[in-house]
Amino acid sequence: MTAQALSLFWPYCIFIIMLVIIGLYCMLVTYNLIRALIGLELLIKAITLFLILAGYISGHPVMTQALVITLIVIEVVVIVVATGVVLNLHRQNQSLDVRKLRTIKD
Amino acid sequence: MNMTLDIVILLALILAALWTVMTRSLLRSAIGLALVSAILTILLFRFDSPLAAVFELSVCSGLISVVFISTISLTEPMTMKEVIKHMKDRLTRFWYLPFIVVIVGTALSLLDIRLNIKVPPAETQKDVREVLWNMRQLDLIGQVTILLAGVFGVAILFKEGRKK
Amino acid sequence: MLYLFIIVPLFILMFLNLPFRGLKRAAFWLAAALCLFQMFLVLFPDSFFWKLDFAWLDHLFKFDLAIDGLGEIMLFCIGLVVFISVFMGRYINADADEKLNFFSLLLIALAGLNGIVLVKDVFSLYVFIEITSVSSFMLISFYKRREALEATFKYLILSAIATILMLASISLIILISGGTSFSLMHEAIRNSPHDFLGIFAIGMFLSGLFIKAGLVPFHGWLVDAYSSAPSAVSVFLAGIATKAMGIYTLMRVTSAIFGFSIPIGNVLMLIGAVSIIIGALDALAQNDFKRMLAYSSISQMGYIVLGFGCGTALGVAGAVFHLFNHTIFKSLLFVNSAALKIQTGTSRMDKLGGLARKMPLTAVSSLLAGLSTAGIPPLPGFWSKLIIIIALWGSGHYAYAVIAVLASLITLAYIISMQRRVFFGEPAGEMENVKEASPGVILPTLLLTLIVIVSGLFFPFILENFALPAGMIIK
Repeated sequence: MTAQALSLFWPYCIFIIMLVIIGLYCMLVTYNLIRALIGLELLIKAITLFLILAGYISGHPVMTQALVITLIVIEVVVIVVATGVVLNLHRQNQSLDVRKLRTIKD
Repeated sequence: MNMTLDIVILLALILAALWTVMTRSLLRSAIGLALVSAILTILLFRFDSPLAAVFELSVCSGLISVVFISTISLTEPMTMKEVIKHMKDRLTRFWYLPFIVVIVGTALSLLDIRLNIKVPPAETQKDVREVLWNMRQLDLIGQVTILLAGVFGVAILFKEGRKK
Repeated sequence: MLYLFIIVPLFILMFLNLPFRGLKRAAFWLAAALCLFQMFLVLFPDSFFWKLDFAWLDHLFKFDLAIDGLGEIMLFCIGLVVFISVFMGRYINADADEKLNFFSLLLIALAGLNGIVLVKDVFSLYVFIEITSVSSFMLISFYKRREALEATFKYLILSAIATILMLASISLIILISGGTSFSLMHEAIRNSPHDFLGIFAIGMFLSGLFIKAGLVPFHGWLVDAYSSAPSAVSVFLAGIATKAMGIYTLMRVTSAIFGFSIPIGNVLMLIGAVSIIIGALDALAQNDFKRMLAYSSISQMGYIVLGFGCGTALGVAGAVFHLFNHTIFKSLLFVNSAALKIQTGTSRMDKLGGLARKMPLTAVSSLLAGLSTAGIPPLPGFWSKLIIIIALWGSGHYAYAVIAVLASLITLAYIISMQRRVFFGEPAGEMENVKEASPGVILPTLLLTLIVIVSGLFFPFILENFALPAGMIIK
């Protein structure tokens, strides 16, 4: 299985890197807070896939599976907290636009 | 493993991600994210990780979509004028993305990296529940703790403040 | 036994949130007692507690935990800083429910921080870092003030990117190690057939940690978070949270997983030196008390990383000692900023002035802490900086040693300027009716001042017994 599994590594890596680029681009370019979170989600998806891929190739799929379950739980909590922060910001600013934030200045 | 099938699924994943980022409405963006999760679920199944796949499907494409969609519906929609301005604005900024992705993809596929890993001795195949409960107990405690933190977070953030 | 450091805060947290009326009043005492007990356990390793037999509990919790000299220092600092935050939180929050939520989040953070210090598995390390981060987010935006929410969002995004970098690095190492414990990964990296895998993994992990620690190219979030957080939370963040998540993890991961090497040391020293200079120069330009302290934190963290990057036992010992000192004096300065904010209602230095007579304790303690930051003998900051500089000079990094000396002159400049603008000179118009701060702020001030003086006077003892053994983590 190892040789075949190893041949998977680079093709998958290409697609994971593409997914990372999409997520990062989304986070960097957008002015919308929710869209930034969606970009973050895409990045986490890429990492999930990478972790599972690493486990499969190295022959420890069971362990990485356990790790991914933990990762998903943490991801949910972080996203819920983040949307809570976004909702509160929206309540105070009446906008989701990053350009209308940035009031913190000396 | 059938490589062509993998490539097709991966391409679908990238297309769904692109649609998520490029689409105009936030709501469709959230649905696109759920789609990405669903496709990822198939990949996880193919990599012998059924439990993680089920988690991904139920939690990520289920729960997180619900969270996003309710956030979007709770925040005010934009007026028509803003939407049109916003669309033009977005078009100029997001136009490059597909090209960048395609170019990087081709460039990377020209590289031919092959790993030569001495795979460490494989463990005796255990059940994932056993691994989670016996070997990664600390992570379980961590999960409980972070859920508690999340509960307090929600309690604080969504409590209607008695504002001064 | 060590698992109790993680389990007990959680049990107390759950107990406090049971729906009984009297518990809300007990919350403060239980949380404070827990922190004090943690400090006691570290200070007295021979105490009765370590000899107790918990066989039935041992059977239940089979965690893989370990502690060494550095971990003991961190546990002590964690107990101290969380105690001070709890203490201040009691006096700053008015409402009983608010107090309970505040203490609960601090207890979660305490469990998370203790976990970071004790774990031997890199994925568990990630889990505990996330726990601490999430509770920090909530603590920063506790009162839902606008600036605080913005700072939280910024922090949240950057910290998520940092964890993604760390996870990517972990997955890369899993490829060659097949496990996530420190020892397995260390072996795998040493015997790796591909250099580039290791280099990639180390690079990604370290840049993630630089973001978490708020070192210079990635310091944007830190200043906003420190300055907009509630006073008690600023102490917690500056005192321990970023230090444990960034600096301590950096030291641990570098020594236990990657193995210290010259290239890593060079990168660390470069980042450290840049942080020292940029942080100090930016601090000089600030008008807001808390923002100045935040930039000063960046600069002092730079010293720690610089000393650690030097790689000799002396350098690491100096870094650890400076970490301890920085925890103490920066917490003290943030407690002072809380006193100023509460008593005068502003933290802008151009509006303050002549407060030395009105708030003598605050003035004296902040002078001591400030001079310790700047490295004036015989205060402890001087000794730790001196050790770092000697280590740099001894290992032939003359340029970095000169930078460290010059930057401490800049530090002295902004500390003196701060003292002059806030405490000396003519009292500003609105400062006539200012009084000394309430006991909730004064008692932590006194405690921390005492520790500053004691650790300055008894530095050979601390160095000999704590810092130098902790410096042995690099072999």
